[in-house]
Amino acid sequence: MKKEELPQDKSALEVMTRELLYVKNSNGKYTTGLSTGWDIKKEALDSAWDDIKERVELARMAVRNREMSPVYYFMELRLMDLTVLSGYTGFWKFTIKRHFKPYVFQRLSNEKLTTYAKIFDISINELKDFKE
Amino acid sequence: MEKQFKHIQAAHCENGVATSLMRYHGLEFMSEPLVFGIGAGLFYIHVPVLVINNGPAVAYRTMPGWIFSQASKSLGIKVSRTKFNSEQKAIEFLDQKVKEGVPVGCQVGVFNLPYFPPEYRFHFNAHNIIVYGKENGNYLISDPVMETVTTLSEADMLKVRFAKGPLAPKGQVYFPENVQRISKEVLNKAIAKGIKKSTVMMLRLPGNIVGTDGIKYTSKKIRSWRDKLGPRKAGLFLAQIVRMQEEIGTGGGGFRFLYAAFLEEASNYLGQEKLLNISDDFTKSGDLWRESAVQMGRIYKGRTNNEQKDFEICADLLLEISNIEKQAFVKLSKMKLGK
Repeated sequence: MKKEELPQDKSALEVMTRELLYVKNSNGKYTTGLSTGWDIKKEALDSAWDDIKERVELARMAVRNREMSPVYYFMELRLMDLTVLSGYTGFWKFTIKRHFKPYVFQRLSNEKLTTYAKIFDISINELKDFKE
Repeated sequence: MEKQFKHIQAAHCENGVATSLMRYHGLEFMSEPLVFGIGAGLFYIHVPVLVINNGPAVAYRTMPGWIFSQASKSLGIKVSRTKFNSEQKAIEFLDQKVKEGVPVGCQVGVFNLPYFPPEYRFHFNAHNIIVYGKENGNYLISDPVMETVTTLSEADMLKVRFAKGPLAPKGQVYFPENVQRISKEVLNKAIAKGIKKSTVMMLRLPGNIVGTDGIKYTSKKIRSWRDKLGPRKAGLFLAQIVRMQEEIGTGGGGFRFLYAAFLEEASNYLGQEKLLNISDDFTKSGDLWRESAVQMGRIYKGRTNNEQKDFEICADLLLEISNIEKQAFVKLSKMKLGK
């Protein structure tokens, strides 16, 4: 890629920095150039976020229909999966999977709820009393 | 403090930390491409079955941590690395280093990194930054992907150092120890060794999912995605490939331009004109990776009718890339670069 071809499109990264890329100068030698963004990249990131939003929406419906507990919804909302959530809570993955069941969730101790609430960065009430 | 720390912006965080720290310790000639090449950073792998963030698991570079440790080993530099089980001990260790005036590398997760834009904050735990001081209770941070330096509060620092999930940093702190002057012979040897390592990794590892064969494997997979996953999900898979390839940290074209820049430098150091031609091969490869991203973008952004032939175009490009890189590495493997 030549330096003058370096895209300067808008991107979410703009608020933080321009990023450095390796490009050819007019003498055909390598140099570095700064880019504000590239539409192709931005669109790839956007489509990943569209997918996330859709998953969160499905999770919300599942909780409302009482198929899943709020733990599942907040896991999706915080972009976590079982591995990450297990890492933060210290619970086994199969334990967390059990907590996804509404009737198991109903009987969770305050201690466990506090652990989840803290990691999801919400209050216990927001977790127990699902209003999303 | 006798030495002043100087922030350097790099394409990739690990290269950047390595380059900055080596320069701080007196290796003024060090550059990001040099670290990347000597550390044998270029790679390709497509792990089958495994799905990350609902997309295929592809990588354009070696394991996190590998580049710095390989480069240091070849140059005869010892790197001290410490992980922690106790948060308190991790804080004390870092503060002690700050007090001694030693800039250190820290592995962090980006999900809670406040200066990252929200769109970029996933649970990715292999980001690297340098802590080079502390002022008014805030750590002074040199994040290699940024144009300027920044700061982190004590609370935020603890959060990002103890992010959880895959590749959890466990508060890891690392820094080079007793860096000596490096002779031209040692440097040339390290460059040759780095090239050799990359040739082995790209050409000779067994199986069909790594190196230049791995690129061919992805090409084959892409041809089947539309039928197997449906047009929408297949498009998302392509978007994931583009993100791995172009997202902040690769220097563009999935590290291929960075490697081309390394070979250009290597040709100077080793006095081998031919390396310049091979550098051009990697520039060509990088350009084709960018071109494939454009074609993939047309699919996931819905600028095509999302037909099988659109996927075939992408797959054909990857096949071409695989061939170019294969030939380039065969040429490299046949060169006599010294031991």
